[in-house]
Amino acid sequence: MDPFLLEALLNGVLLGGVFALPALGLNLVFGVVDVVWLCYAELVMIGMYAVWFLYTQAGWPLPLAFAACLPVVAGLGLALHVLVVRPLLTAPPINQVLATGGVLFVLQGAATLVFKTDFRSLGVDMPPMELGDVFISGTKLIAFCAALIGAACLWAFLKFTYVGTAIRAIARDREVMPLMGVDPKRIYLIASGVGGTLAGLAACLLVVQLDVHPFVGLSFGPITFMICVMGGLGNMLGGFIAAFLMGLIISIGGFYGSTELSYVIAFGFFILMMFIRPQGLFAR
Amino acid sequence: MSRPIPTPLPWAIALLALAAIPLFGPPDYVLHLLITATLTAIAGTGWAMMGRFGLVSFGHGAFFGAGAYTMALLWNHLGVSPWLGIPAGIVVAVCAGVMLGWPCFRLRVVGHYFALVTLAAGEIVRLLVTAMREETGGSLGMTPNRVPLDHGFWAMQFSKAGFWWLVLGCWVLALLVWWALDRSMASKALAAIAEDEDAAASIGIRVTREKLMVTMLSVALAALAGALTAQYRMYLSPESVSGLGLSLQIVFGAIAGGMYAPLGPTIGAVLTIGLDESLRVFFGTELTGAAPFFYGILLVMFMLFLPRGIAGLLEKKG
Repeated sequence: MDPFLLEALLNGVLLGGVFALPALGLNLVFGVVDVVWLCYAELVMIGMYAVWFLYTQAGWPLPLAFAACLPVVAGLGLALHVLVVRPLLTAPPINQVLATGGVLFVLQGAATLVFKTDFRSLGVDMPPMELGDVFISGTKLIAFCAALIGAACLWAFLKFTYVGTAIRAIARDREVMPLMGVDPKRIYLIASGVGGTLAGLAACLLVVQLDVHPFVGLSFGPITFMICVMGGLGNMLGGFIAAFLMGLIISIGGFYGSTELSYVIAFGFFILMMFIRPQGLFAR
Repeated sequence: MSRPIPTPLPWAIALLALAAIPLFGPPDYVLHLLITATLTAIAGTGWAMMGRFGLVSFGHGAFFGAGAYTMALLWNHLGVSPWLGIPAGIVVAVCAGVMLGWPCFRLRVVGHYFALVTLAAGEIVRLLVTAMREETGGSLGMTPNRVPLDHGFWAMQFSKAGFWWLVLGCWVLALLVWWALDRSMASKALAAIAEDEDAAASIGIRVTREKLMVTMLSVALAALAGALTAQYRMYLSPESVSGLGLSLQIVFGAIAGGMYAPLGPTIGAVLTIGLDESLRVFFGTELTGAAPFFYGILLVMFMLFLPRGIAGLLEKKG
């Protein structure tokens, strides 16, 4: 096999791992609370700035900056839920989406005001690893492994804890669960917090690979929504697989064409999938 | 739902007054604000035509850009006048709208899903424009070729006053389209569809056809506004005439003003541009983030407390 194609394939898998985390977080919120957080990628952006600021400006050690980033973004997620989403739970979906769209502007504007539009880089990089003929970026590989661990933790949380079971149940049927004694208000809050934490984790993994700027969210935000919907709402495994599928499409498309065209193919694929299987690729 | 036919006289007087503004020799800056606000109003009016029937598009930037780029490319590469290029741009945008809308409506892609499909379509247009950098200049953008002023008419390059009249005419056209739609059976059919698609279909409303028609009108107005904006600014780039940011801005104007009243999007456009400019004047260019920050807060506030927009406020009083 052509080593360059192999490299593109591997990079696609690694890219999928990066997409997977925010897509899982979005999927969790969307599946449980039934509201699209249009500003999800912007939460990630704020997390990236938090890590950048703590590491390069405040001089914190990197692991500590990562650890601080998670509660910051989780708190943002909770605030978003309490201040914006909760009052709109019974509003038409369009109003909910537009309100979170407003938050997108707020976060972008705030980041521009505080950090200006410069591209900020963490400046940590690791030498590429050599596997036979193939070179792989070390940072990407570590980010990929961390994404897998994060996804596994989420899975275990949803599968083995009482709250996780309640979350899954609410996502299945939001009318019946309150009758079973589950307080949806509390579950929504927890899901938003977990969704925010996942955005924070995604921020830690992305900040080592991408430069931060106020509009960085627009570069991976749309694709995250697509992945989340393609996998099927509330279907974590589906979202996970869809993330790798999109990663591969983009990476292989970029190998044969240009980066823009590869994203065009990915978005086109999404639209096609919405026509063919609107309930998600892996709907039961 | 049907509105009474507005008595034409006060409207005609108001319109004449607007059209007469350049005759009093206002500063260029005032005209510039008026033109920019009106262009935003045209796009917002187009968006609200769909939006008020529950067809929330996050891809109107794409159609805005399709109109703008079709016109500019035809002018720069083939020398086709914008007078023909703008209709061509509208045709391209409408075709794209049908290509996207028909399968969406046919296959019942609604609500969140429709919004996300339009979002993907908007990104596709932005990426395609960027990828065709040989022709479009990529992310650097492009400028329509200038001509000497005495040939300006054919090239649609004239003074601010000329643009004001052109843009005002297009705005009136947009309002007339809205008004005609409002008075037609189609608006009742669409209102029924927005309430309950299955019920509407069961009483014989052709759901796909009605939705497609309003989409075509809406998209055509977005393309018109896009082409005129590019021609007025004499500059277009993927970020300034397409993409999610622009799509959301169009949405913001329409929502803030109120998407259920014909003048709502226009009120929203005046508000948006007014906000933009006053922030720029008071804070200077250093605080570039202030405008989106305040937009965002206002958008959230509107959704929470005033979902029918400013026009909705007037409705209650009136």
